[in-house]
Amino acid sequence: MVNSKKSYNPLSRMNLRQKTLLTIGLSVLILVLVVISSLFINSSDITTNFKIMNQPPSFEHLFGTDWMGRDMFTRTLKGLGLSVQIGAGASILSSIIAIAMALMGSINKYLDSLMSWLIDLFLSIPHILLIILISIGLGGGAFGVTMGVAFTHWTTLARVLRADIKQINTSDYVKLSERFGKSRLWIARHHILPLIVTQIIVGTILIFPHAIMHEASVTFLGFGLSPHEPAIGIILSESMKYLATGDWWLALFPGLALLILVLLFDIAGENIKKLLDPTSANE
Amino acid sequence: MVNTEKILKFLGKKIVRFIILLIFVILLSFILIDLSPINPVKTYISNVIISADQIAKLEAYWGVNEPITSKMVNWLGNVVKGDLGTSLIFRIPVIDVIKERFTASLVLMITSWLFSGVLGFLLGVIAGFKKDTIIDKAIKVYCYILQSAPAFWIALVMLMVFSIYLGWFPSGLGVPIGSLSENVTFWEWLNRLILPMVTLSIVGVASITLYTRDKLIEVMNSDYFLFAKARGERGWNLITRHGIRNILLPAITLQFLGFSELFGGAVLVEQIFTYPGIGQAAVSAGLRSDVPLLLGIVIFSAIFVYCGNLIADILYNFVDPRIKEGEEDG
Repeated sequence: MVNSKKSYNPLSRMNLRQKTLLTIGLSVLILVLVVISSLFINSSDITTNFKIMNQPPSFEHLFGTDWMGRDMFTRTLKGLGLSVQIGAGASILSSIIAIAMALMGSINKYLDSLMSWLIDLFLSIPHILLIILISIGLGGGAFGVTMGVAFTHWTTLARVLRADIKQINTSDYVKLSERFGKSRLWIARHHILPLIVTQIIVGTILIFPHAIMHEASVTFLGFGLSPHEPAIGIILSESMKYLATGDWWLALFPGLALLILVLLFDIAGENIKKLLDPTSANE
Repeated sequence: MVNTEKILKFLGKKIVRFIILLIFVILLSFILIDLSPINPVKTYISNVIISADQIAKLEAYWGVNEPITSKMVNWLGNVVKGDLGTSLIFRIPVIDVIKERFTASLVLMITSWLFSGVLGFLLGVIAGFKKDTIIDKAIKVYCYILQSAPAFWIALVMLMVFSIYLGWFPSGLGVPIGSLSENVTFWEWLNRLILPMVTLSIVGVASITLYTRDKLIEVMNSDYFLFAKARGERGWNLITRHGIRNILLPAITLQFLGFSELFGGAVLVEQIFTYPGIGQAAVSAGLRSDVPLLLGIVIFSAIFVYCGNLIADILYNFVDPRIKEGEEDG
């Protein structure tokens, strides 16, 4: 290290691995806290109280209150929890699609080009428009949005997995297994899957931030969750009506909370990637 | 020199591929819309009270109860003739709506695309050049935050700060209330363009900055860069001669590949600033089940994205001198 001066800062005494683990631990802890606390909020806790309409942030109501006197902090927290749930559903589903596609592509040349063509097809319509289409097609709601997001976000992971599988397929041990007469399925299970498992985990976590953001955007536009649900997109689109009257806290804090949530997922994902990927271990 | 024949062949192949792709895009969106509980007749009659007999007539006219195949064949037949149908909410041909809206959107998208490209590239070069300094860290943090920020929220905050709190810009609409779009002066129009444009640019900066930074650092670690340094080149001159020359083209290519994201950003930004562009039209078409308009917009957005990808491909395959040489036997 360049500055070998003795430091009393505990952070600088840790090595990279410890720092990475600490970052992952902290971000996961916050995320878990958000989800758990949102689960404990009943919809009945978000009561309307017209005595405290449109109050700016105070210690009692950290994020202020809305035009029905509801506490914005509770609503935001509930919304974040909902976002994480939908994000989880969408990312896991899109990972499954990606895995299925990548495995299909590894069977033979024709299926492989079919898969690249499918990726092209899904990338040729702007994401937002495609999510809107799928969401409309499936009748909207949480189901529609989850499906929309899932069906638009598998492409990146599928490409990564395809490249990995191709590389593994040319390796000596796979060729040897083929000579031994092992079936494709056996090879896929014993040689390919263990090697791509880390990619799948990292890929799923890194879909999360995009999924959450797209869900919020589509809900904001009015194609996603129904207006009575406490989603961040709904909160923000409601706040649009009150912007002109100067109720800035209605839009600022929920959005900021969503930003932090997305950032935490990104940080956690990137650090887990660093931890699992042996090529970056010597940085 | 660039081989014209090869480019033509390349273009021909690309266009054929695109037409096939477009057919499937149409097929996909058609099936999705057909699956949905959307009913164009309801939109068309909106609140007018008419008899069940007339509804049945209209349904027959729109072909609501026909099977999807014949619906699609009818629609496709008209599309080939250049007729995309009539928009249900604007009551004028879809092609006219798209023409008007897309021009407005293109102005917005292209200006912010250029702006974000130049700004992102500059920031990336500065961050790469000043690697590990406070400037680099500031730029990196800025990019990470922007990447995680929902575009529509940034637009909301911009609207809040600049049009409501500071009052510098009007809060929305392409033209001032009460005047026709033909009578708008250039400055009035520009005044309304600035805020959406700046927002869209800010949103698009992050990816290009981070890419440029990484590429520049890669170049700075290379042997030829080290040699240039050893020859006594230094400072900004060194970066322009060896760094930027190497990273400019990939950065431009990346910027062209971002057309899809640009369109998505435009949808959200237009919705918030109520800018009368294609994105806003798409949202109202979706919300008010204007099927012909929605399908038309999907097609044009696919063409838009494909143009970006095609330009990126051409830049990559024909303009980049390093790849051109390797292609000779290909």
